[in-house]
Formats: sequence, structure tokens, C-alpha cells
Amino acid sequence: MRRQETKFEQPIAITRRRFVGSMAVGAALAACGWQDRPALGETAPTNSAVMTGTHFDLTIDSVLVNYTGRASRATAVNGSTPGPILRWREGDTVTISLTNRLKQATSIHWHGVRVPTDMDGVPGLSFAGVPPGETFEYRFPVRQSGTYWYHSHSGFQEQTGLVGAVIIDPREHDPIGFDREYVVLLSDWTDTNPATIFSNLKAQSDYYNYHRLTLPNFISAAAKDGFESTISQRLAWARMNMSPTDVSDVTGATYTYLLNGRAPNANWTGLIHAGERIRLRFINGSSMTFFDVRIPGLKMTVVQADGNDIEPVTVDEFRIGIAETYDVIVQPADDAAYTIFAQSEDRSGFARGTLAPRMDMTAAVPPMDPFPMRTMADMGMGNMKGMKMGDMKGVGRSGMAGMDLPGTTGTYKKGMPKSSKTDAASQNMAGMSMDNSDMPGMKMGSESGTAPLPQPGLGTAPIMPISGMVDTEARLTPSNAVHLRIGPQVDNVAMEVSERLNDPGDGLTANGRRVLTYADLRARYRGADGRPPTREIELHLSGNMERYIWGFNGKKFSNSEPIELKLGERVRFVLINDTMMEHPIHLHGLWSELENGHGEFDPYKHTVIVKPAERLSYLVTADTAGQWAYHCHFSFHMNAGMFRTVVVKP
Amino acid sequence: MSALRPDGGRVNVVFAASIRGMAVGLVFSASSIQQVNAQMSMPSPGMKDSMMENPVLTHTRLDQFEGRTSGAESEFRWDGEGWIGTDMNKLWVKSEGFSGNGSISDGDHEAMYDRPIPHMRYFDAQVGVRTDLDSDPHRAWVALGIEGIAPGYFEIAPTLYIRDGGNVAGRVVASYDLLLTQRWIAQPEAELNFYSKDDPGRQIGSGLSGLDAGVRLRYEVNRKFAPYIGFAYNGKYGNTASYSRQAGETTNGAQFVFGIRLWY
Repeated sequence: MRRQETKFEQPIAITRRRFVGSMAVGAALAACGWQDRPALGETAPTNSAVMTGTHFDLTIDSVLVNYTGRASRATAVNGSTPGPILRWREGDTVTISLTNRLKQATSIHWHGVRVPTDMDGVPGLSFAGVPPGETFEYRFPVRQSGTYWYHSHSGFQEQTGLVGAVIIDPREHDPIGFDREYVVLLSDWTDTNPATIFSNLKAQSDYYNYHRLTLPNFISAAAKDGFESTISQRLAWARMNMSPTDVSDVTGATYTYLLNGRAPNANWTGLIHAGERIRLRFINGSSMTFFDVRIPGLKMTVVQADGNDIEPVTVDEFRIGIAETYDVIVQPADDAAYTIFAQSEDRSGFARGTLAPRMDMTAAVPPMDPFPMRTMADMGMGNMKGMKMGDMKGVGRSGMAGMDLPGTTGTYKKGMPKSSKTDAASQNMAGMSMDNSDMPGMKMGSESGTAPLPQPGLGTAPIMPISGMVDTEARLTPSNAVHLRIGPQVDNVAMEVSERLNDPGDGLTANGRRVLTYADLRARYRGADGRPPTREIELHLSGNMERYIWGFNGKKFSNSEPIELKLGERVRFVLINDTMMEHPIHLHGLWSELENGHGEFDPYKHTVIVKPAERLSYLVTADTAGQWAYHCHFSFHMNAGMFRTVVVKP
Repeated sequence: MSALRPDGGRVNVVFAASIRGMAVGLVFSASSIQQVNAQMSMPSPGMKDSMMENPVLTHTRLDQFEGRTSGAESEFRWDGEGWIGTDMNKLWVKSEGFSGNGSISDGDHEAMYDRPIPHMRYFDAQVGVRTDLDSDPHRAWVALGIEGIAPGYFEIAPTLYIRDGGNVAGRVVASYDLLLTQRWIAQPEAELNFYSKDDPGRQIGSGLSGLDAGVRLRYEVNRKFAPYIGFAYNGKYGNTASYSRQAGETTNGAQFVFGIRLWY
């Protein structure tokens, strides 16, 4: 079957009813047949389609939507936002014809999909973009499987709705068994022109923050914690002109949070039945929002992260950064309704949907958690985080060699480079990974690493270092010396940074729920490249919140130079977050192998959250030549300069 | 948002500057400048289709747009500023003055080039011109100032003015936002003016000539529209006060104010 009939030709009816999100993705997918997709009634005039096959015609156009009671313009794919779900098959070569009916240039980037550089969809790097009225044909082999997504890389079109899911089925059977599946795509919608939001932030960075500290806050805090401690805390922030309420730049003050294109009151609903194994493919397709996701009454077993299978881990809740994906399995025991509850990190709103055996059933929507204040630890001013993790203040990673287990939290003082020899227990002796070398049908990575390596899978044999015993975790000297200094582009240099892999994130500690952490992510399959990195690139995530300038190493994009990698080399990226916000950092074209203590089972990711005052690292095999975008996936941070070009040179 | 259109030419200029600065800047590998040049020349200007990375923006803020009354006498007061430019290069325009009894007084209009001060987080340096244009004799000054946020969230802008004849003047403007709630905000604010020499034509004496201070309670319907009420104190000192007394005017007094704080 070359092409599946899709339903996007239906006209979009606009409803005037308040809180009615149109264009919902009725995302019931294959397992039960997507004809099983529920009729959503007058509030959902169309359901965006699931498109399968190897050839896809996509048309970008502007459509009217109404999520807030006010008609507004969105950017749609084939008439719907989110766009159709594209279902590919590993091993196929897919062709996507993208036609632009907008008045501006457009583009689609296949987020997390490893494509040749000219197919990556970044105007100015991969290609020139698709001018109005023209068609661009993408064509590339699909060499991986999992849940991914696509979005525009032009201007603010992602914010205005040009997002959609990509599901790539494995060539062979999917080892993750399930009876039914849904895409759950989270996004943030605003009726305001995103360019206006960006301009507002440049003029007043707390424009959308309605959690700022007030005089009554001070009085009640002083009554509770004492006047002296309260005033000293306030002064500590005041000295730097920063605010512990700086959690989200753009908030529910302008955003309506959507689940599969539905506002909370429009309540996207997926049909389920007791006893089924249901796979939910969560995608954070928002522009500026981290979501904390849970389904009260159901445990979620996380089986995949960023398209790569992980060892199943069962949790009550997870935080999903912008552009990340998590696949979870839920198994309801009863024919009851369950609320999918995704509150924004700053608790200024939530996206919500329902899983139920009947369309008319709903479950209670839980109250939002308290607003999470930043602490001085988030500023890198003191290690309260470390204390929480068991009072390891001042214990460097080298001091814990031999117990460098998943998620162990260490602390780094600036200016104290870690020794490389005493470091890490080297449980990952490369020779150990040879045991599957004679598996039938194995996909062998190239020795030199100059051809794209396969995604880790059942039959993947890792490429190995020449010499047997290599410590892949040994620290190297960064090839670039970075001395971040305060200035117009840098409002803070963290004095003390730590690994926070074991920390679920600000606002999620001690809430009584089992919350996923990065330390939990253990790849199901051994990594494709067993070689140690040959050098380190250190990047500080920097910015000046007040001026709303963001960058790497104190420089915004227009003041910076490309990061150069040599084709085939293996490099460690060390990220140090000197800001008091999380940043979801996305490297196009190449995998980011998060070093979270699982050695050769470190998870492959395409987007890595770096928490405030955190230092983390990941390994990158530069196996695909070209020019790749490297940026923070907060749309407005990227636009404000947190962007670099990574050049992989033959 | 036409103001948001990025300026491709400007981006190129910055790139050229950054290439020159590479010797002291960050270099990730031992790449030659030629290599970098080759990369820079090719795709990056097209990035303006991807991002609004260095946009030219425009904003105007009217902090005081108000009537003042002490019962018998009333006047109108404006004090605002606006800018156009990028993160690193801006043109500022500031204007303030009083209008009442058919005349305009203390009319002060400035145009300044503005640039962030290296190694400082929150302060910009400004250089430009000030003209005193109102019902009194006109004056023109060269202006040098800084504007920014001092520790403790105090907005402060001291400026030095120089004109022919060795005349030097100074002004300090400071304000603070005290949040009573997320939308009710009290703002104490003060402006002090100093002059080195008497200027009888404009009824200004040397030394501290005047203080205009007030506290305004505003309600932010949204960030850009906030009606307010408050009190303002306007005082004249030294020879300035003498000039006023000779003209039969009051030298100081408190007034009730009501107005709208606007920005866009």
C-alpha cells in the first residue's frame, strides 16, 4: 500500500463555544484499528488522520481555530493541528512532499529522526526552506524505530501549531507488546502572536509571571520562618536582581495547554478497556512548557524514551521536557475513567484528557501542586540539592569511584577538574560487549564510525575500541577552555554545580509520588559505539533573564562560531547550566548518549534536560556529516540566541 | 509585528566582528580562521528564516501620564521613554514635562545611543543629546548617562549633561516596584535635578534645583495598561526657589495624581 486515504480534506468548522478545541487528534491507532476512533461529536469536526505508507503529501496552511472562545489563526498540516500522525516502517525509504500555502517560508524538521543533513529541515542549515507556493520533497531511508515528532523550524510556526507525531514501527515485531495505543501530544496554545510574546519578554522578562513575590508573601513567610531568615533570603535574591519565582517564562497567563489539540474542557478522550495493555506515546510538542504528567489511579511503566527502548520502570509521574517523548504502558484493572493530567511546571495551568471505556465518562481532575520556588541551589549558590540526596556536599565524583552507580549525585566545585584515572569504576570494560558478536542478522557498525551507526537494537553489535580495556567514563581535558564571566549576556555564573540525574526536578521532590528521573533510564540494548570519547567539549548554558538574552558559553548565536566535529569521532559534550532554569538541549542529526551511570546501557536521547546548576554529560558519535542545529528547545530561548551550529566535517 | 523583522545585514556585521575577535574568543578546535570563514560565509545568513535571533524591536513606556491637582491648581505631567534596536544597540528617546495654565514647563527631550556595559549584567551606557524645549528659552545639552537595575530591583538612571559656557547639570531618576498583589503595585519614584550655574532665563539656580517625588498605586489590568492614583511632591530649592518666589509661584507642594501607565 503506497498511500493510505486520509481525512484531512474535510473542512474545518469553527465552533464558537468556549473552551472548545477544534481539530483534535483522534489518536486511536493501529492496534485496534483506527476506525475504532471515537466519534467526538460536534466539538471535534475533524480528527487528524493517521497516514501510513511510504509517500506522504503534506500541505501547510493557515486555519482558523478556537481554543479559548476567540477565533484565532493556527498553522496546520493538511488542515489539522496537530498535524496528521505519520506512521513509517523501519527499513522503508519515505518520501514526503511538503507544499507551502502560507505567505511565509516554512519547513518541517523530523525531530529525533536520523536523516541526511539536507533532509533535516532547518532553513539556513539544511536547505533554504520552502518558499510560499512551492513544494519540497523530502526523501530518506528510515533506519530506526520509536516515537518521534515533527515540527516547523521556521519562525514561530511551531508555536502556532505546526507539530505532529511520527511513529516508526520496527521492521520486525515490536518487543513492546500492547493491545491498544494512543499518541498523547502535549502543546501550549496562545491567541497572542508569538512574535509579540517574544518582544514582550525582551522588554519585561517577567511579563507572564503572575507568581512574583509580594509584600503579603513576605509577611506570611516571615511569620512562618522568622523575619531574619526571610529577609536574608529576600536580600540574597535581591542582590542579584533575580527571583525564586522565575520558573516559566511564558505561562498560563497566555497559554491554554492542549492534549492532542484539545483544551482541558474539551477533554480529549481515548477508549480503553479493563485488562488491556495500553501504550501511550507522550510527546511534548510545546514551545515553552515542561509538563508533569500522571494518571491518578494508574501506574505508568515507562518503556521508551526519545524513541529508544529502555528497561521498563514503573512510576506514578514523569516530567517531560519540551521535545522529549516517553512511551508508557498502562493496564487499567477496572472499566473506569482515568484522567491524564499534565500540569505545567509552574502550575499555571494543565492539559487534560481522559481514558475511559465510554466516551461520556470522566474522572476527577486533581488540583494542581503548589508553585515550585527556585532555591539558591538552583542558582549554583549552595548545595541544598546534594543534601537532599543524602548529604554528599563536597563529595566529588572522583571521591566516589567504585560506587558510581546510576544517578549518584556528586558535586563539582568550579575550577577543580576531575582526575581521569581515579575516576569511575570502569565497569564498562569494552571487551564485555563482545558477547553478542555472532548473533544472526546483526547490524554491524562501521569500524571507523564514518557511516551512520544503527540505532541500538536486538541485533546491533557495537563497534569496539582497538585495545580491549578502555575506561569509557574517564574524564578528559576539555578541548576548549571556558571562563564564563558576568556581563550583558550572562547574569549568573554558578559557583557550585552538581549532577542532578537522581533528582526528578524542581517541584517534584517529596510529593509522595514515585517520579521518573534520568537515572532511571537504562537502555534496553547495548549502545552502538563502545569506543571511549577522544575529547570533551564543555558548554555552559548561559543567559541574562532580565535582558532575555540566552546562549552557550556567554554568547548568543550571532556572536558565536560553529562547533566542529570530525566525521567518525566520538566526543563528550559536557553541559553546565549556569542559569536557574531547565534547558532542553537538542542536537540534530546525531544521538546524545546520556551518561547516567549505566555504562554501555546509557540511554540514547535526542533532547536532554539540563537542570539549574546541573552539570551533566553525554557522548556523541559524529557519524553523519553535515551541518546540524544544536539548541535549547524553549522556542524563545532558541530565538534569543541559545543556538549553535554543529558542523561534522569529513 | 513589523518591528520584529530581523536585519540580515546587521547579522552579517556581527559575524564579521566575531571572526575578527576569534583570536581571543572561543575556539573549539584547532581550526583555522579560513575554515571558519568558509563556513560562516555560507549558510548562516539564511538562519534568519529559522530564528528571530537578533530582532530590531520597539517599545515605548509612559510611566507618568497624569493629571496633578492640589485643589486650586491643576496641571498635566508626562514622563516617558522608548527605544528601538537590538540587544546590543538601541536608540532611546525620553521626554518629560509639565503642561498647565497655557504653558509648558520643564520640557526635556533626549535622544541617546544605548549599549550594555561590558561585564555588567543590568546597566546600559547612554550617550546623546538633550533639548529643553518648552515655553521657556531653549537649551541644548550633550548627555552621558547610565540606566539599569541596581541590586534590590531599584531602577536607576543617573545622567550628566554639559552645554556651552561650562554649564553642567545632573539628574538622577530612581524607582522601585513594591508588589502588594500580583496586580496592585505601589511605586515610589524620585527625580532630582542639579545645575552648576544659575540660568535666570529658565528660572534655574545652581545646586540642587528640584525634586519631583511621588508614590503611585497602580492596578495592572495587564502589563501594558495600568491606571493609577497617588501623591506627588514637587519642591524647588536654593536659587531656583528664589526665582519662583520672585515670580509669585509656590516653591513646593504635594499634589494628588491620577493617570495611566502605558507601554507597548
